[in-house]
Amino acid sequence: MIDAVGNPQSILLLGGTSEIGLAAVEAFASDRPMRVVLAARPSQRLADAKARLEARGCAVETLDFDATALDTHTAVVDKAFAEGDVDVAIVAFGLLGDNEEAWTDVAKAVELAQVNYTAAVSVGVALGDRLKQQGHGSLVALSSVAGERARRSNFVYGSTKAGLDAFYTGLTEALRPFGVTVTVVRPGFVHTKMTEGLKPAPLSTTPEAVAEVIVHAVRTKQELVWAPAPLRFVMSALRHVPRPVFRRLPL
Amino acid sequence: MTSPASETRSLHGWGRTAPTVATVITPRTPEEVAAAVKAAGRRGIIARGLGRSYGDPAQNAGGTVLDMTGLARIHSIDADSGVVDLDAGVSLDALMRRALPFGLWVPVLPGTRQVTIGGAIGADIHGKAHHVVGSFGNHVEAMTIVLADGSIRELTPEGPEAELFWATVGGMGLTGVIVRARLKLHHVETAYFKVDTEQIDNLAELMARQTQDDEKYAESVSWFDAVTTGEHFGRGLLTRANHATLADLTPRQRRNPLKFDAPQLLTVPDVFPPGMLNRVTGRLFSELWYRKSPTKLGAIQNITQFLHPLDIAGEWNRGYGPHGFLQYQFVVPLERGDVIRTVLERMTEAGQVSALNVLKRFGEGNRAPLSFPKPGWTLCVDIPIGPGLGELCEELDRIVLDAGGRHYLAKESRTTPEAIRRGYPRLEEWRKVRAAVDPAGVFASDLARRLELI
Repeated sequence: MIDAVGNPQSILLLGGTSEIGLAAVEAFASDRPMRVVLAARPSQRLADAKARLEARGCAVETLDFDATALDTHTAVVDKAFAEGDVDVAIVAFGLLGDNEEAWTDVAKAVELAQVNYTAAVSVGVALGDRLKQQGHGSLVALSSVAGERARRSNFVYGSTKAGLDAFYTGLTEALRPFGVTVTVVRPGFVHTKMTEGLKPAPLSTTPEAVAEVIVHAVRTKQELVWAPAPLRFVMSALRHVPRPVFRRLPL
Repeated sequence: MTSPASETRSLHGWGRTAPTVATVITPRTPEEVAAAVKAAGRRGIIARGLGRSYGDPAQNAGGTVLDMTGLARIHSIDADSGVVDLDAGVSLDALMRRALPFGLWVPVLPGTRQVTIGGAIGADIHGKAHHVVGSFGNHVEAMTIVLADGSIRELTPEGPEAELFWATVGGMGLTGVIVRARLKLHHVETAYFKVDTEQIDNLAELMARQTQDDEKYAESVSWFDAVTTGEHFGRGLLTRANHATLADLTPRQRRNPLKFDAPQLLTVPDVFPPGMLNRVTGRLFSELWYRKSPTKLGAIQNITQFLHPLDIAGEWNRGYGPHGFLQYQFVVPLERGDVIRTVLERMTEAGQVSALNVLKRFGEGNRAPLSFPKPGWTLCVDIPIGPGLGELCEELDRIVLDAGGRHYLAKESRTTPEAIRRGYPRLEEWRKVRAAVDPAGVFASDLARRLELI
């Protein structure tokens, strides 16, 4: 259960090695140890994350989760709920890809679309069903400002996040009568392994800063947040910039 | 026979925090309660009264919640013996209105009368008279409960199932659904109190005065100011009273000495923004509250004036705004009265503002393993939900538990299972009694899940 001051007792991270996701779990666990389920493909990074959280006093379980194996998603989600309620579920897996490759290579484009959008929808449905039965809980989906207006430089990634964003925004409304809060998080450029070597955009941020935004949003039941917060206004303006101008912006 | 009303609804406690959704059924007979218990799904079932617990004991996310206010009949009142037989959904307010004309008084009254009999037993509530009369369970002669298998049983405090009786007193509804009870009320001549109010200008003296001659009074409590710092830190009002006799009343009051004089003047609208209670308003409130009652001995006061000043405004919890608030209540042994000061100092240092601060000395506890009161000081503070509150409460938990104290489950909304285990050493004993009558865990609540009670 999430208590009166917003402390959860259990958390499920889909994309168990996501830097932002793990930072969020650690931020929640910094106040109180809790039950953590990390769902990801087995790897050294996953084992390290588990050890790190256990050192903080958390009870950590790992589940083998492959975003592309769509027909396994329901079973993975069911397993995560088998040991008790899941108070917070974070959908944090995703690929950035190389935009030039992605828009010219069918296989690459489909992979991005499958992992970032189709798989996110698939786990969203499974999580929605379980949370609905549970009658409480918080579902966090990592979207991106890239989905708010497609840019030439990463529109394939942006299109997948736009789809995810729309799905989880709708899910917010669908799950509200069942006592479940869905939070869509739109980070800007985040310095992670995924963005290593890329030129940071203005207002770039860190996984830890995004994690703080997530924790605060869950505690206060916010449904749509930007990280950092001022991006909300920047994106609001950018959405209305005429195309001839937008295309010339150094984004 | 039609089936009882059922709807899916979001429920929260009096603190308006952590709402969850459940199927709410409103049964009208014990048989309908039994049918609902037998039909309960995987997420279980719990009884709910008037929702005055601050946290989540009367919520059951994804499961069933029984709205017990549909069972609201008073079956009989025996004016001579003072025994009343009534349904569990009857409120203390309704009971008082019916019993007072017979010269009968409900011995245990908490800060509000909007509590059902079932809730009063389930939380083993206490009032300002605890040092003399103990808690609510002490006045229950028998109760009828619906068990997990749907069977209906009558329990008595000394009978063959005394263990289950006492596990149900303070058991937060987790042993079964209380549907009916027999209570023993007290005889009074009037519905008024003869009140001694003392304005005392610091905490140490307030506590010393409260220790001196509490036994002379049937009711005793103090309110104090937790905002003012310096030498007047913890200045407050000690109010103590006995039931007024006919001779104490004015001729006018004597015409109708058992009048139920407890008006509700307004209902607070749900329009307040967060942050209504801050340092400025908190200071203002504390100043006014302190000033309004200069030292005065022997004043005659009615029920609202003395017992339930907050009941004058309905839904007053809305004044704290949409984020809600929590009430932090604990008891520490008498010899650890120093904890009261430490807790207040930590709160002030952390910048948290509490306007409603109530301090009382408890008398002896009872046999119930999860009953909250035990000999000691109990402090109760209301704090609006805001940044830093979680951390502060964690720190207060450590101070309270290290002093051998514990938390009140009817107020609790944020602590850890570990804190409850430490505070209630007889928790395991209670769990065993519960497991014997509900092995499958049919009775469940958000509180039970959060604090791992079951």
